[in-house]
Amino acid sequence: MVVDQTLEKVREIIEAVEKEQSLEEGDILLNCLHRVQDVYQNFVPSEAAELVAERLKVPLSKVYEVLTFYTMFSTKLRGKYVIRVCNSLPCHVTGGSQIIDALFKELKVGFGGTTEDGLFTLEKTGCLGLCGVGPVIMINDEFYGNLTVDRVAEILADYRARGEAGV
Amino acid sequence: MAKVKSLEELMKIKEKSLKDLQMRDTEKKGKIVVAMGTCGIAAGAKDTLQAIVRELADNKVDDMSVVQSGCMGLCEVEPTVEVHMEGQAPIIYGHVTPEQARRIVQQHILSGKVVSDLMVKKGEI
Amino acid sequence: MSATDKTSIASEAPAPRVEARAATNTILLCAGGACISSGEESCLQALRATLEKYALQDVVKVVETGCMGMCDAGPLMILYPEGVFYQKLKPSDMEQIVSEHLLKGRIVESKLFVDPSTKVKITSAYDDHPFFTKQVKIATRNMGVIDPMSIEEYIARDGYFALRKVLQEMTPEQVIDTLKKSGLRGRGGAGFPTGLKWELTRKVPGKEKFVLCNADEGDPGAFMDRSILEGDPHSVLEAMAIAGYAVGAQKGYVYIRAEYPLAIERLTEGIKQAKEYGLFGENIMGSGFSFDLEIRMGAGAFVCGEETALIESVEGKRGQPRVKPPFPAQKGVWNKPTLNNNVETYANIPPIILNGPEWFTRIGTEKSKGTKVFCLAGKIKNTGLVEVPIGITLREVVYDIGGGIPNNKSFKAVQTGGPSGGCIPAEHLDMPIDYETLKTIGTMMGSGGMVFMDEDTCMVDVAKFFLQFSVDESCGKCTPCREGNRVMYEILERITNGEGEEGDIERLETLGQSIIDSSLCGLGQTSPQPVLSTIRFFRDEYEAHIREKRCPAKVCRSLIRYHIDESKCVGCTACARVCPVAAISGSLRKPHRIDPEICTRCGSCIEVCRFGAISKITPI
Repeated sequence: MVVDQTLEKVREIIEAVEKEQSLEEGDILLNCLHRVQDVYQNFVPSEAAELVAERLKVPLSKVYEVLTFYTMFSTKLRGKYVIRVCNSLPCHVTGGSQIIDALFKELKVGFGGTTEDGLFTLEKTGCLGLCGVGPVIMINDEFYGNLTVDRVAEILADYRARGEAGV
Repeated sequence: MAKVKSLEELMKIKEKSLKDLQMRDTEKKGKIVVAMGTCGIAAGAKDTLQAIVRELADNKVDDMSVVQSGCMGLCEVEPTVEVHMEGQAPIIYGHVTPEQARRIVQQHILSGKVVSDLMVKKGEI
Repeated sequence: MSATDKTSIASEAPAPRVEARAATNTILLCAGGACISSGEESCLQALRATLEKYALQDVVKVVETGCMGMCDAGPLMILYPEGVFYQKLKPSDMEQIVSEHLLKGRIVESKLFVDPSTKVKITSAYDDHPFFTKQVKIATRNMGVIDPMSIEEYIARDGYFALRKVLQEMTPEQVIDTLKKSGLRGRGGAGFPTGLKWELTRKVPGKEKFVLCNADEGDPGAFMDRSILEGDPHSVLEAMAIAGYAVGAQKGYVYIRAEYPLAIERLTEGIKQAKEYGLFGENIMGSGFSFDLEIRMGAGAFVCGEETALIESVEGKRGQPRVKPPFPAQKGVWNKPTLNNNVETYANIPPIILNGPEWFTRIGTEKSKGTKVFCLAGKIKNTGLVEVPIGITLREVVYDIGGGIPNNKSFKAVQTGGPSGGCIPAEHLDMPIDYETLKTIGTMMGSGGMVFMDEDTCMVDVAKFFLQFSVDESCGKCTPCREGNRVMYEILERITNGEGEEGDIERLETLGQSIIDSSLCGLGQTSPQPVLSTIRFFRDEYEAHIREKRCPAKVCRSLIRYHIDESKCVGCTACARVCPVAAISGSLRKPHRIDPEICTRCGSCIEVCRFGAISKITPI
């Protein structure tokens, strides 16, 4: 993707968010960063952060303060699919550690790691609130529950196929 | 859409939609409700919903409405599906995989037989 | 009536008995061990023969099931779909059941299952299922009943009637008075009286005020806020508009975690629909009152559930708590007076307005009125979400609603209040669940997450788990929480690794107390609770880890090893094939061995062994 075109998109996002949300100024930073992150495969590069700072008239340091505080934001390139594994007790007592082991084994990366093919980044997360169907993982915006080791392999294969198809 | 200004106007909306909700005086023979909370979706409710819609279409059933609801609380048996035929008590099914969903359409909707082995509860939640 | 007719459901609304006869198409016979030993097989043969005698063998399906759980009353039978439940069957009963129940639709009273605790005859296994019957639905009244994307269906269930009543018939003071009389307390955890909070916010002078909804549900094991927002978003939106009118605010924010995309989508749609009907926005229902609402998303920080951190985050900053006072009622969002309530609290409000405070006070206990939504997770049969009157006993929640502990294991403890709460052991099963009683044993109501644990759960491991959560989620602003929890975690790590020392328990207790005393916000002040509470009730488990290097529940990987019993092993090689690290050796038809040095304690071998030859041993 050409950098200028992407930045243009960021400009559009900021304008759209400003239009939708008019309660107070300055409180739209988080929402902006969420959407910017969607444009750039799961991270916010420095040029986009700079543009957000300039447009929202907040210091760049504040943008980075926020980016580095919240775990869902990243300043480093992540995989196309971010896999978030629930690491809370309800998933743990229903066999979550086996799911984590299976993911380590399948992806050959640890927490925070990105697979060689750039497809997956593995992260742990706090409770996803799906304890009734644990163990649970979240892949980008999709949720998968009642997981077993076999099911994990199936899901990953599905995403790999999607990745190859460029969807 | 007209803005609501009074109790009477609110009552009018209530009465009209209550009929639909309770399956009274509607043109449909019944409705199928798929619980589409995130928990249900994580357990596969999207595939279930798709299977129901497809099975109804394949069998040319056009007098059933298919709607979604939130979670009914019993996560253990997700995905859950409620079948509410006009004039009858609703039946709630649990663990409804796409395959079981097709069975529900075949047996319950088309032949009028409750699929007893999947039934979780009969009557209102 | 022909035989086939008996299996179909009558099309016009029939009398219940007729329906029962017509509907029976499956008979489940319990073939659990206990029922078999009490004569299930001869009952099955007699049943088959009787069905054939009446030519019903093709229309009534007979299924043998796994244990139904009421082994004392066996052999057991359930007739579906009406769910009639018969007990203590003998082969000679089959004639009567087929001729009376199946053919004439008469329930055989003498064989009905009797609930052992209530001595009441149960006519239906499911209509009277305690999972549903013990619930009282107020906050979750519409969940699973209406289409959450349809404001009309919400209105059909009396939605927005409370807002109309408030705007057209009540003064703000009357609204607050109603809430105060109802005794409603905050459902987010601390239990602060809601009416009082509204009154305080109303009394602070200021033209511009805000109403907040805390939907940053992060407690492990709690998902009622998500479920309410996904299943009935308007109940919260309506209540927020009522709150705006009562405290004098025209603007509101719902702060919701980004992990709940579906709830965000449904809230967004809900706001749009409410605006189209003029139930939100300018001059609502011609009353002159205007109220607007926006959604603010979190980004994966647990601490933002703390109200002052939430306010910081709404303002677009890092979610770090502020010093209180000033409280949000005085200086909240943009330093303006702000009312903040949690999702479940809001969902209770429209019914209270419509039915009156007296109705609400009839439910619950002396000091805690109404209901509470609990999320059942972990080692419990019926995982899910339930709304019950406050003051219900834990036993009722576990065994009636929850259906007990799966796999015939025994109840060990339940964690309430998430990482801020503590555990409740079996000795307190008969305790009523309310704000005050839970505090007396060192835990709290919290948001209502209940994580159940059975005998296979190690309490030291559980404590470590929650502490790791607190370490991960500490915002880092104050030292006791940031550093103190880390040190406590390291001690627990040592204990579970078999490197615990005498004095570790006391160190945990002292350190925990100082974190409680000196942390800035509510989360820091409660973070050591899971450790202190497990020490209080399961000190012996800590001691076993430290002194004997033994994990009684056989969970902590450093303190157990896997062992193959050579007398039981037949050398099938199944375990060796499944072992991911090739720690198992042995040739075909010869007993195998596990090398503890290589073994990672993943447990795969135990699962595949069909001969029960592999077991866990502690201490090593």
